[in-house]
Amino acid sequence: MDFTFTSEQEALREQAREFLAATPEPTWAQLSELGWTGVSIAEEEGGAGLSFIEEAVLFEELGRALYRGPYFATIGLTLPALPAEDRAAVAAGDASWTLALGPLVPDLDSADHVAIVGGDGVFELEGGEREVLSTTDETRSLGVVRGGEAGRRLADSTVLAEIGARSQTALALEACGVARLALEDALEYASSREQFGKKIGVYQAVSHPLADAYTRIELSRSLALWAAWCVATGDAQAAIAAAAAKSYASESAVAVCETAIQSLGGIGFTWEHRLQRLYKRALGIEAFGASGARLRAEIAGALIELQAGSAEAPAPVTITQGG
Amino acid sequence: MDLRDTPEEAAFRAELRSWLEENLPDGLQGHRGGATRFEGPEMREWSRGLYEAGYVGLTWPEEYGGGGAPYTHQAIFLEELARAEAPPHIGVIGIGMAGPTIIAHGTDAQKARYLAPLLAAEEIWCQGFSEPGAGSDLAGVRTSARQDNGGFVVDGQKVWSSFAHIADFCILLTRSDPDSTRHAGLTYLIVDMHAPGVEVRPLRQITGEAEFNEIFFSDVHVPAENLLGDVGGGWQVAMTTLLHERGTLGFALQAALEVQIRKLVTLARDRGADALQRDRIAREWVEMQAVRFTNYRSLSTLMKTGLPGPEGSISKLVWSEGNQRVTKLALEILGPDAALGEENAPYGGYWQYQQLRSRGNTIEAGTSEVLRNIVAERVLGLPYSR
Repeated sequence: MDFTFTSEQEALREQAREFLAATPEPTWAQLSELGWTGVSIAEEEGGAGLSFIEEAVLFEELGRALYRGPYFATIGLTLPALPAEDRAAVAAGDASWTLALGPLVPDLDSADHVAIVGGDGVFELEGGEREVLSTTDETRSLGVVRGGEAGRRLADSTVLAEIGARSQTALALEACGVARLALEDALEYASSREQFGKKIGVYQAVSHPLADAYTRIELSRSLALWAAWCVATGDAQAAIAAAAAKSYASESAVAVCETAIQSLGGIGFTWEHRLQRLYKRALGIEAFGASGARLRAEIAGALIELQAGSAEAPAPVTITQGG
Repeated sequence: MDLRDTPEEAAFRAELRSWLEENLPDGLQGHRGGATRFEGPEMREWSRGLYEAGYVGLTWPEEYGGGGAPYTHQAIFLEELARAEAPPHIGVIGIGMAGPTIIAHGTDAQKARYLAPLLAAEEIWCQGFSEPGAGSDLAGVRTSARQDNGGFVVDGQKVWSSFAHIADFCILLTRSDPDSTRHAGLTYLIVDMHAPGVEVRPLRQITGEAEFNEIFFSDVHVPAENLLGDVGGGWQVAMTTLLHERGTLGFALQAALEVQIRKLVTLARDRGADALQRDRIAREWVEMQAVRFTNYRSLSTLMKTGLPGPEGSISKLVWSEGNQRVTKLALEILGPDAALGEENAPYGGYWQYQQLRSRGNTIEAGTSEVLRNIVAERVLGLPYSR
């Protein structure tokens, strides 16, 4: 058992954090130049031949940076449905995708292609109109597609299980990155702001909620990385691990942002402070697809009805991504 | 990153599972803990069996009778023991606290004298740290150790001491300098519990049982060779003990919670659970998995760097509050039957006992308040509250 990152994976995290700090709004071509669009795509298709573990590192950093663009929609959502030539185009930075799993489609303003689910397969949408909607979270767009028809067949609907686990895990990882930055802002403030003659972090009414925030973030990361490993290795527990990770990490990111806002007092409530944007991303992640409560209903079903034996190794279940 | 057992770990786990299947007596499986774990010879026999099979002191150096195995084997041992619902070795204070402290700070003579009988469950240890006036604030210790003819004379009172009524030795934190305050002037001693002047009184707890005791020391003579560390250096030695108390314990706690949730799922299947209860069952299962993988992360960092990851410090805190919620949820699912006593309650009163016992979880081995201070101050670097 080894639950640590390799030095290469740690270096990737460092590179990602530095790049995103210097380039807050990177283009798809820039991400491709860094090799990020082809991380888990095979080398013969122009990718790096790595795994979802490396992509997991990037999702956490992209969440932290509140990245806006089609990375989640392409790599976190659509990639398992893409045929070889389309994967090569993604790796080369020539194409980005999104997938309409429900009525609200992410990153519709930036993705080049739209995939839809119909009958027994996943198809490329031909024609149709895109309408980008206003969203509370301005760092991830949502939209609807109207009209159009199923064009080229991309994959069987059997890929939807992998897409469900992959996308929920990617969102859980983003949530971890969001929550970690919110906690860092709160820690910095609690360590410098003075009231009643003392740094406010001295008061346990302030410090204990921050300790709980740290606890929730670490538990979230443990679930998200477990799920990432399951997705990367095709483990039978991928579906339930991803559902656990998405439900816990997204609700935790919301709670951690709320603790941070409260810790910063009036400052935390202002438009100027980035906490409001972190909070809205956390709320957006929680709302996307299936909420925590809905995922727990699925998990309870898997534990209580579907599996007669132990709670230790539940039978694999397909957790559907709702719209 | 590879979350599977290595071939070596898998072999160790398989061998341990079959050993447990063959050797765990029926009467001891599902043993609920509590005071009954001290009674009768069967717990000592069970502990000795574990020792003879090589499962006690797994990570200790071989020269002290240990297994010289990596920490992952200790984690697997604690997981499998809890999953099999087998009771732990009776010498938990000796193995988890006294032994590691003696290995770190003891003389060669102390190591030779104490370690092997401790592993074999021939000698039982207890801990004398807390006092009526020194609980979470351990630096308030007042039990005195007066230096006398090269040895010490001990007077005072300790409290909340598990196993004291069957213990042969006590790891005792004393104040050797009467003019000192707080962390200075403390001295760490090994005290023979059979010495004249040592008196043990059991404390009856919320469950009706007596798991722990008060210990009274009146002019108890402790020879010089029983000093552990330096005179006045007791605080540093005590920190070693507490570090080990909160060490690999997380694996045993997580696995016990896993068993508890498995029983909760069975209960929900037997008696039915509404949508809100189902949501809470799933919530507890998710958090239990999170603790499990947090333990793995911390352990992996320990294996790689020699120091456990900081995230390991949250295990006990999360487990204790989780176990309280799980047991209370079980009572809720039992409905009006939750009010019945042991003789009439479903499942032999298992959940009623577990729920009451769980109230101790957030108090013993570091209260939740102290653990949150530790996270805030030592992990997050917030300013100290004291």
